[in-house]
Amino acid sequence: MGAFQDRDVLTIADFSRGDIEKVLKVADEVEVGGKRRGELPLEGRILATVFFEPSTRTRLSFESAMKRLGGDVVSFGGLEGTSVAKGETLSDTIRMVEAYADAIVLRHPQEGAARLAAEFSSKPVINGGDGAGQHPTQTLLDLYTIWDELGAIDGKTIALVGDLKYGRTVHSLALALCHFDVDLYFIAPPTLQLPREIQEQIKARGRDYKTAERPEDLIKDVDVLYATRIQKERFPDAAEYAKVEGSYRVDLEMLREAKKGLIVMHPLPRLGEIAPEVDRTPHAKYFTQAHNGVRVRMALLSLIFGVVS
Amino acid sequence: MKEIRVTPIKNGTVIDHIPSGRALKVLRILGITGEVTSTVTVAMHVPSKVLGWKDIVKVEDRELHPKEVDKIALIAPSASVNVIRNYNVAEKHTVQIPDHVVGILRCGNPNCITNQREPVETEFFTRSKDPVTLSCKYCEREIEDVAAAIV
Repeated sequence: MGAFQDRDVLTIADFSRGDIEKVLKVADEVEVGGKRRGELPLEGRILATVFFEPSTRTRLSFESAMKRLGGDVVSFGGLEGTSVAKGETLSDTIRMVEAYADAIVLRHPQEGAARLAAEFSSKPVINGGDGAGQHPTQTLLDLYTIWDELGAIDGKTIALVGDLKYGRTVHSLALALCHFDVDLYFIAPPTLQLPREIQEQIKARGRDYKTAERPEDLIKDVDVLYATRIQKERFPDAAEYAKVEGSYRVDLEMLREAKKGLIVMHPLPRLGEIAPEVDRTPHAKYFTQAHNGVRVRMALLSLIFGVVS
Repeated sequence: MKEIRVTPIKNGTVIDHIPSGRALKVLRILGITGEVTSTVTVAMHVPSKVLGWKDIVKVEDRELHPKEVDKIALIAPSASVNVIRNYNVAEKHTVQIPDHVVGILRCGNPNCITNQREPVETEFFTRSKDPVTLSCKYCEREIEDVAAAIV
């Protein structure tokens, strides 16, 4: 039995460097397209996708990954008419769903929901995002994209830009990058800078970093520019949002001084953070990143169901 | 015997070496209101060789539950708890900040799953004992004001 079999995937903090490298390696080997007869390793297995919040990429890529591996999906979303709309607790919902499936992917608006679900479920729970908390599979596909595009993660200079305060993907990614020998830059207006707790956790892991307000000042040094959306829905007040909305934009002008091999990433959906003209440049890797979601989730499902080890 | 301001008690608990100013919080933790039936004595800002200044709480006819002692440790890590039986110190404990705190604190993050109607006790891990820093097992947030988070 592999170390991943039946394992919950709740936070990237539970992943060692070895665990991360294992997922990247398996992801590199999976056959995403061209499924052949007799190669349906998850035939007969069922994945439940339980989404209490809207999502396009996470849900579709999990469902696609499961089906490409020959498995099936039962899905729970659009809460109207369900027992959740009638006031059912998450713990009760999970105890019901675990009877219907062999693993559960959960997205929930409250932080800590995935850990709670895992305590009530005997089946593995994969966190598909809990509030402003964790989104570990996004982090794995981000790491895969850097590794696959640049050939390595060690030795790279990586800048995280935008909403570093509320953006859960950047918190998880920043902590995961501490396993690697990278130079980290956090670029945001002061009100959206990385929370103190995360900065302290990075220091506790022995990593140094630099902060800045404007990406233009550092663009010539970086290998990865990871842009994020300023998340209006997470701001407690509209006035604070108005102050920082549109505080940066990646466009051809900004990229003029960039290294030739710079890659621009974004967890999507984007609003105005990346100009559409950037899509046509070789720097643009955000759609590749989204495509990698299927590959990485296929790897993770294969490991959790124990069909690779 | 230097204790001239506060008389000895026959049976009960003396909580000594409380950091100066925290005695009223200790009373809150112990649930002591105007409703109690036996005598409670509070001494605040008393000279102390160890702390400089300290508070003392004496509760007659009551011995503390271990969970209550854990709560006291979170806001008064220097405190000692003496159990008095028939005017003698029968037991003496120094409070210990637990590594893992179950059920006695509420998470300060309103969006934490433990603040919903879920059937779970809160759990916190002690990240540091000086200063006391605790983080929620579920949402991973740190508690900003431990005294205010006590249930």
